[in-house]
Amino acid sequence: MDSILKVFQRPDFLAQLVVHIELSVIALLIGITVAMPVALLVYRSRLWSAVAINTGNIGRAVPSLAILALVFPLLGFGFAPSLVALTLLAIPPILINASTGLRQVNPQIIDAARGMGLSNGQVLGHIQLPIAAPVIFAGIRTSAVQVVASATLATFIGGGGLGELIVLGFQRNELAIQLGGSLAVAILAIITEVGFGLLERAFTPKGLLVTSNHRSK
Amino acid sequence: MSSLVASLALQNLGPKVLDWNWISRNFSHEIIPAIIGHIYLSFVSVTIALVISLPTGIIVSRYRKAYPPVTFITGLLFSIPSLAFFALLVTVPGVGLGPRAVIIALVAYSLLVLIRNVVAGMDSVPEETKDAARGMGLTSRQILFKVELPLALPVIVAGIRIATVTIIGIATIGAYISGGGLGELIFTGISRNFPTRIIVGAVLATLLAVLADLSLLAIERYLRPWARTRRT
Repeated sequence: MDSILKVFQRPDFLAQLVVHIELSVIALLIGITVAMPVALLVYRSRLWSAVAINTGNIGRAVPSLAILALVFPLLGFGFAPSLVALTLLAIPPILINASTGLRQVNPQIIDAARGMGLSNGQVLGHIQLPIAAPVIFAGIRTSAVQVVASATLATFIGGGGLGELIVLGFQRNELAIQLGGSLAVAILAIITEVGFGLLERAFTPKGLLVTSNHRSK
Repeated sequence: MSSLVASLALQNLGPKVLDWNWISRNFSHEIIPAIIGHIYLSFVSVTIALVISLPTGIIVSRYRKAYPPVTFITGLLFSIPSLAFFALLVTVPGVGLGPRAVIIALVAYSLLVLIRNVVAGMDSVPEETKDAARGMGLTSRQILFKVELPLALPVIVAGIRIATVTIIGIATIGAYISGGGLGELIFTGISRNFPTRIIVGAVLATLLAVLADLSLLAIERYLRPWARTRRT
């Protein structure tokens, strides 16, 4: 146990933790800025949203190691190729959830809002996005957890991150480093999962929260 | 940006990137066994996970209080990154390197999705249908096997689909702890800087996942004829 705690004090531990978080945060942010406009463009059309959702589904089926490994012969070794791969992994869950979430908004509510004189932009900003927010956030959460987990694999294509410690532990046969790295990654992933769960709740409009609480009782 | 990516791609994509000779030379003694190993790992894991999840899901759907803790624990297991999970399992006495550790992790990853879908499937059976079955004199065991499970089957298969696709992807990483499968080609390809291996392993793993996804989706649709006419 003591030796594992020592791992957390290693200078490279902190450095790799920072790289891990950098990779994950940047990939997620780029993923959101790519997926959200696409979802906003396609959700009105049944055909295009089906195309987006099915592409997203196929994208989700691609193993994360496969994406990282395929990026390597094309773009080479290092941080930037890893970032490209992680961004590709971040997009599908957000795209799927944003498209389905926006489509699921009850058309009667939109009609009512139009009847009250709201413009298209207002309907989107004040009605559709808030109602779809929980579903969109669920997508962002899935994406974030997946990106944090997959960033562990960036070490295989020279991207750094906490996976570096796990691999180092294996190579040197040092159990403490292997366990310390693994525990740190696991904790980071669980924090991401729980943290985004709280965000998801925070972004659920109060009106929706009441009904969903009601239902669960 | 895209032109930069394209030029980088062209620069690296020499004629040697995909070495067809290597593929034909190693097809029967390296590529085929890797595919079979991968299917074996995934199939065994999903089967074991199903054997655990079906009774657990049925019990949990009856004793509702047990549902939140079960999803909490399986949710925690699900969110542990696979490389970390493998690295932790390998240190457990009696597990060690090899397919056993990989299968344990893959089973753990499947539990959340499978149990959740078994419960959702059981919940989707209308109360009136069960009442009608009871009124016809069926015992609760008969209701479970002849009414509830058949009606819950499409939702359960939907869970099997998600679990299988997830597991086929994660199984590639299992090669790092000597689990075998298509990840073996990817890892040796990276360490020997031999792109053909990487591409063959990655593309086959992707194809396997997409194929499993589509065929289980077809089964799901077939089991749910009443939904076929509705939009998907």
